[in-house]
Amino acid sequence: MTALPVPHRVVDRHRETHDTVTLRLKPVGEALSAFAPGQFAMMYAFGRGEVPISVSGIPRDGDLVHTVRGVGAVSAGLYDAQVGDVLALRGPYGTGWELSAATGHDLLVVAGGIGLAPLRPLIHDAVLDAEAYGRLNVLIGARGPAELICRAETGRWPTAYTGVTVDRPGDGWTGQIGVVTRLLGLARFEPTATTAFVCGPEPMIRATARDLLHRGLPADRIKVSLERNMRCATGHCGHCQLGPLLLCRDGPVVGWDIAEPLLYVREL
Amino acid sequence: MTAATMMSALPAEHRDRLMRIAREVNVPVGTRLFQEGGQADRFWVVRTGTVSLDMYVPGRRAPVIETIGHGELVGWSWLFPPYVWQLGAETISPLRAYEFDAVAVRAVCQDDPTLGVEVAMWVGKVLAHRLQSARTRLLDLYAPYGSGTGTRG
Repeated sequence: MTALPVPHRVVDRHRETHDTVTLRLKPVGEALSAFAPGQFAMMYAFGRGEVPISVSGIPRDGDLVHTVRGVGAVSAGLYDAQVGDVLALRGPYGTGWELSAATGHDLLVVAGGIGLAPLRPLIHDAVLDAEAYGRLNVLIGARGPAELICRAETGRWPTAYTGVTVDRPGDGWTGQIGVVTRLLGLARFEPTATTAFVCGPEPMIRATARDLLHRGLPADRIKVSLERNMRCATGHCGHCQLGPLLLCRDGPVVGWDIAEPLLYVREL
Repeated sequence: MTAATMMSALPAEHRDRLMRIAREVNVPVGTRLFQEGGQADRFWVVRTGTVSLDMYVPGRRAPVIETIGHGELVGWSWLFPPYVWQLGAETISPLRAYEFDAVAVRAVCQDDPTLGVEVAMWVGKVLAHRLQSARTRLLDLYAPYGSGTGTRG
């Protein structure tokens, strides 16, 4: 981990949606330490600032893949980066999904919107080491068909069940319509031997976790990725504090047994 | 909140009584199960397949509101007067389902108030879950800033 931004060159740019892009970044000099799925980098757009972005792909050649939604000044600058441009990264920061702790379990991946991006490298690892785990389920919710990311690959993942549902279908959509939690009834998993990985808007995380608890998953087997205002990413500035946690250091991935009592305290 | 299925909502004894009224049906894809405004004289519990719910809007193709799948209830208007469908429904994949005659089910509920309360609770839970889901979708959580205003990097 380095506290200094390390220059990376954009070597590939894939436009996912009208406001979301996936960038493959190659270190210009020395590479950052290896990232684990679920961890994030502080991405620096020169002259604009830096924002925390979870890693969405971890190629073995030292490159890094990040998926960015351009919704603010800095992230719009990252979105605009073209092949050949140089950005800067520091990291890796935070806790990862720790897939290995789910060995022997069915896996339930629940993603809302761009929340699929931090889960993508976990899915890749689960597919590569399929014999270590039970059934892999991937449940994806999105605003509409045009807002789905990773579309080219989701259908190719060898899962026991992949479900996609949208809120606003538009013409031509023949798939599921409704909130992502309704896909839980279609997934194939044994609740007492399942680990869930959930990332998306916080109300979606809460609804998913409540449903999973009702189905019999222990709270500590529900891993959620939380988002707060991360600035320093090194556990010093306190902007990302959630009760006793500094989410840049103690998160973003947290067990629901820890997250639930904190998320219901509004003053936090 | 978890969607209530007939299996989870009703005790075995009452479930069996209802199942004696049910008949198994196979419905081809693209079949209209009911039209908004029609008489709600039946309902279904999906075994396999998917049903879409839509709403009539003059001048455009009926927009689909939601899809209903395995284990879920299709139709609740049969339980409440005036027994008129509030939405339309169409199969979007081949459907295997249990079909129930609404008049017969209402009669059984009237004869056995305990069963009647349980059926009402079941349908009430389904409605509450769908209301909560609809409210959540109103939030437009996947929009930038979750459809609220905010400042982000």
